[in-house]
Amino acid sequence: MAPQLSHKPKLAVWKFASCDGCQLSLLDCEDELLALTAEVEVAYFPEASSAEMKGPYDLSLVEGSITTSHDAERIHQVRRVSKHLVTIGACATSGGIQALRNFKDVKEFTSIVYARPEYINTLSKSTAIADHVFVDFELRGCPINKYQLLEVINAFLHDRKPNIPTYSVCVECKRRGNLCVMVAHGTPCLGPVTQAGCQALCPTYHRGCYGCYGPMESPNTQALSQEWQKLGVSAVDLVRAYRSFNAYAEAFRKESDRHEP
Amino acid sequence: MSRKTIKVNYLARVEGEGALYVKVRDNKVKEVQFKIFEPPRFFEAFLRGRKYSEAPDITARICGICPIAYMLGAIHAMENAFGLQVPPSIRLLRRLIYCGEWMESHSLHIFMLHAPDFLGYDSAIAMAKDYPELVQRGLRLKKIGNHILSLIGGREVHPINLRVGGFYKLPTASELRSLVDDLSWACEAAEATVQWAATLPFPDFEQDYEFVALQHPTEYAITEGQLVSNRGLEIPISAFLDHFEERQVPHSTALQAVLKARGHYLVGPLARFNLNFDQLTPRAKAAAQAAGLSGTCRNPFKSIIIRSIEVLFAAEEALRLIATYEPMSQPVVDYTVQAGTGHGCTEAPRGICYHRYRVDAQGDILDARITPPTSQNQSMIEADLWQFVDRYLDLPDDQLRAQCEQVIRNYDPCISCSTHFLKLEVDRKN
Repeated sequence: MAPQLSHKPKLAVWKFASCDGCQLSLLDCEDELLALTAEVEVAYFPEASSAEMKGPYDLSLVEGSITTSHDAERIHQVRRVSKHLVTIGACATSGGIQALRNFKDVKEFTSIVYARPEYINTLSKSTAIADHVFVDFELRGCPINKYQLLEVINAFLHDRKPNIPTYSVCVECKRRGNLCVMVAHGTPCLGPVTQAGCQALCPTYHRGCYGCYGPMESPNTQALSQEWQKLGVSAVDLVRAYRSFNAYAEAFRKESDRHEP
Repeated sequence: MSRKTIKVNYLARVEGEGALYVKVRDNKVKEVQFKIFEPPRFFEAFLRGRKYSEAPDITARICGICPIAYMLGAIHAMENAFGLQVPPSIRLLRRLIYCGEWMESHSLHIFMLHAPDFLGYDSAIAMAKDYPELVQRGLRLKKIGNHILSLIGGREVHPINLRVGGFYKLPTASELRSLVDDLSWACEAAEATVQWAATLPFPDFEQDYEFVALQHPTEYAITEGQLVSNRGLEIPISAFLDHFEERQVPHSTALQAVLKARGHYLVGPLARFNLNFDQLTPRAKAAAQAAGLSGTCRNPFKSIIIRSIEVLFAAEEALRLIATYEPMSQPVVDYTVQAGTGHGCTEAPRGICYHRYRVDAQGDILDARITPPTSQNQSMIEADLWQFVDRYLDLPDDQLRAQCEQVIRNYDPCISCSTHFLKLEVDRKN
């Protein structure tokens, strides 16, 4: 295929409430970045460039969750100028760690951190992008896997479905030949209910998965909680485990609610 | 030209969401606002009631660029609360992974965020067309830093292998030795970067700063030390809150940490270099001297040279640490959870990052305080902007605006470290 430089697809990267780690993953593609920018026009990516090309954009990557009324409006503008919109990371996909406010009174949170809470403009809940606009694809992870990110960009540039498995971390763990940390060492692990994508990183480092990729497709969280209880995990710790970086993802939220004292 | 307003609605090439507003009337600066509109995420609030052992992974999410600073700040604070001392090999690995974070974060800033300012490009991507070798060198240096992070920590962003008392799994000595060739190359590349950075055009802008950094008796401080300044501050980190406070000032857009006694101060590469120059390696010192810097640098634009010197130092230090590493039999030491208050403070790439936690006898967090480097530099950034605009008022608007952005970028502000940052609706009154 002959390169048509003037018709390179336009890529935009948008930030909402987040730590910047997922968009940094794009810059962390040290070996691929220049090849990528030869194929796509980085049209809007304020963290990396002060150039700003007008939309519409062929592909928008959205990092972060919606936590302010201003951002709740801004995401609609982003959707309007985006042919495809892909969320990257746990914040954009499930509300992120900042969704822990959703279980509490945000006013109390504000007054814990700020001396003058009346200056703070914030919504009572931190919500996923898909709660506000149509999302073409959600890429999981806290942070995302940069190779999965390249796959998703590639897929959208070629009008095909991204090849991102929705099975559990257990599958990756078996493939790596890891000993099961839960069976062999009695270490509580969220791997059986967490979506793959990290290459079973935590079990490979002899620790239990802490669920940073969020729930897999149709997870059996109840069965896993029973296993954890057999290992002596308290209800309080079960709630903590489900309420972390994907606390407001439906499957984790419901399971955490079941164990709340 | 008696009236002028410089506005940048969305600062590019900084981590996070910020803006700039400067008002000039009758050739005098009337107002400077370095605005932060990063939405607050309330880390200190939701840390309450979490387990002490969760603090490192949770606070890592404050910043995707410098997660080690947050993880280690939290880990050290908990170990401090429990009266726990870790053995030398654990300490070594922590310093090593921190060298990786310095290399990764500094290289990102030098080559991808800061260099385009000096060379007149919008981005490193645009710059790569004319300076392919420079950008490739930056990417490789960054990759080597990231490789240290992923080898020890499991991954570059939000590593998973650090915990209170040590690690989950120790790397073998031979795994670490696999980094040696790359790090040797990195020393050369960083040396060349120092030389290159010294040739950049710098505005004449010497400022009289109070520099604050950690200082350690035997090493260029990264993970521990006491807090010192060039104006006589010398305190243990546990006294941080006695000497520093965070103000929520009505005319500013963010909490600003200041010294109670003297107001604004500067943290980060300039402060470390000026206070701890003697503890750099001979090669890093020589590179600094060849670049015309020999101990005190008061021009924040030259921070790009100093970051390059610190990349050289971090690469050399990483090589030294790898050569002396001997893994223990256990990755984590035993400890007893007890009620108490603990402090942690490390040198994040952008400057000191302070943590304090109070935990109960079960290890549940009762309260948390975190002071990230950018909230400490914020007041200094505004002071720099004030001085800079005052002095360079005659520059054409576009150029002045670009240079004001650069004044902010000099600090490599990480606005996402937003535990404290907030949006302010009211405008200030003069």
